[in-house]
Amino acid sequence: MLKIEHLKKQFDGQAVLRDVSLEVDPGDVITILGPSGSGKTTLLRCVSFLERADAGTLDFDGIRTDLHGADRRTVAAVRRKMGFVFQSYNLFSNMTALRNVTEGLTVARKLPKAEAERRAMAALERVGLADKRNAYPSQLSGGQQQRVAIARAMALEPDVILFDEPTSALDPELVGEVLAVMRRLAEDGMTMLVVTHELNFARQVSTRTLLMDGGVIVEQAPPEQFFTHPQQERTRQFLQSFREREGHVH
Amino acid sequence: MFNERVWKLLADSLWPLLSKGLTVTIPLTLASFTLGLALAMVAAFVQVAKVPVLRRLARFYIWVFRGTPMIVQLFIVFYGLPGLGVYVNSIPAAIIVFSLNTGAYAAETVRAAIESVPVGQFEAGYMVGMNYLQIMGRVVLPQAMRTAFPPLFNTLIGLVKDTSLAANITVVEMFRTAQLIAARTYDVFAMYCEVAVLYLLFCTFLTWVQHVCERKLEAGR
Ligand SMILES: Nc1ncnc2c1ncn2[C@@H]1O[C@H](COP(=O)(O)OP(=O)(O)OP(=O)(O)O)[C@@H](O)[C@H]1O
Ligand SMILES: [Mg+2]
Repeated sequence: MLKIEHLKKQFDGQAVLRDVSLEVDPGDVITILGPSGSGKTTLLRCVSFLERADAGTLDFDGIRTDLHGADRRTVAAVRRKMGFVFQSYNLFSNMTALRNVTEGLTVARKLPKAEAERRAMAALERVGLADKRNAYPSQLSGGQQQRVAIARAMALEPDVILFDEPTSALDPELVGEVLAVMRRLAEDGMTMLVVTHELNFARQVSTRTLLMDGGVIVEQAPPEQFFTHPQQERTRQFLQSFREREGHVH
Repeated sequence: MFNERVWKLLADSLWPLLSKGLTVTIPLTLASFTLGLALAMVAAFVQVAKVPVLRRLARFYIWVFRGTPMIVQLFIVFYGLPGLGVYVNSIPAAIIVFSLNTGAYAAETVRAAIESVPVGQFEAGYMVGMNYLQIMGRVVLPQAMRTAFPPLFNTLIGLVKDTSLAANITVVEMFRTAQLIAARTYDVFAMYCEVAVLYLLFCTFLTWVQHVCERKLEAGR
């Protein structure tokens, strides 16, 4: 359904993604692990055209396009089927929770207001925040803001949602509520590409886990294999250092 | 110093001064500020949106009007242009100069306010399918205008006082009216103090309006 081939990206002559290829099938939940600076965010941003790749192709739901040279209409067509959840939520701060969700539906999709609100309320309901529909982002906790952001992505009924460290900016006690929403989304069959440092989530929810390091995908495998029998020395090191740092994980 | 005659003069001049304030100074201020603000939005937008040519034009305009005295600009337009065969009446001349000036200062305020909106707001907008102009109009500008509100209001209050410069190009506004009375009665000190108090009242009123508006804006957040 989504296929990335030979994606390359440099920043100021520094190679950040060196020939990354990745295939995602419908219903896949792919978790992307990797040390800081390994190119995880850049990967998601290139696929969503928030950043322009230097080279690579994207095959997505029948749209086949060059990741470097895609024109505006192609970018719009790709984004139409793609949701993005940011590390820092990026809710529209001048709008209520409800309007954050309806805005894309009414302005971009041209849905009538009533229909947009019906869909937005359904999405807010699914993230457990229907009662906060009239709250502004500044009146919500980080966890609540992130759940509204997930509702905003869901309401547009995308074919895949990209998550860039959705819980990294949250206080530890708020991480669980966001992961729970994501877990339910995965159970409902949403295709997801999740950059995360939550090993438990990766292990329990994903259909495939992959490790990025130095701009390449070092290893990818189903989680049970990835976590118990990693094939690459680099993966073993990464999991080892991670477990040492986060003593409570496994 | 302020004997009975002076007090009577002050009382008699109050209405002539105040009425000029209400019919000339305030309309002049509001007209210039409104036009200036519109100009500022355009000048700020073409810079932020990096519109070729226009953004350079905007920089040039801001550079010229922030870098020259307003009184000199007034003289150029009112006394200078006729030498080139262009005649502008005093009030339009004043409005042109005041709005161009306000526009130049407010453009920088608005530009800084737009740039203070996190780029993540744009990215979120793109990902829900909005285009640049939709994001600008519905997400970024509303946030920017809130940030820009206090400094813009400052500019407005400054403009109330600056309209007194129009006295130099024969506009009979509040200050010019005081000058005329002082020239006739020789009560220079009393007249200028009186007009100063009236400007102070106008500005105090505006400061109060600013506080009320800011509290409203805060509540909506
Ligand atoms: N806009 C940019 N300009 C220049 N360099 C950038 C830019 N964005 C990312 N980089 C660099 O690219 C490299 C990869 O960054 P990226 O954000 O993709 O890493 P990451 O794997 O998401 O790391 P983290 O876990 O810290 O989020 C880093 O060295 C970073 O400094
Ligand atoms: Mg990152």
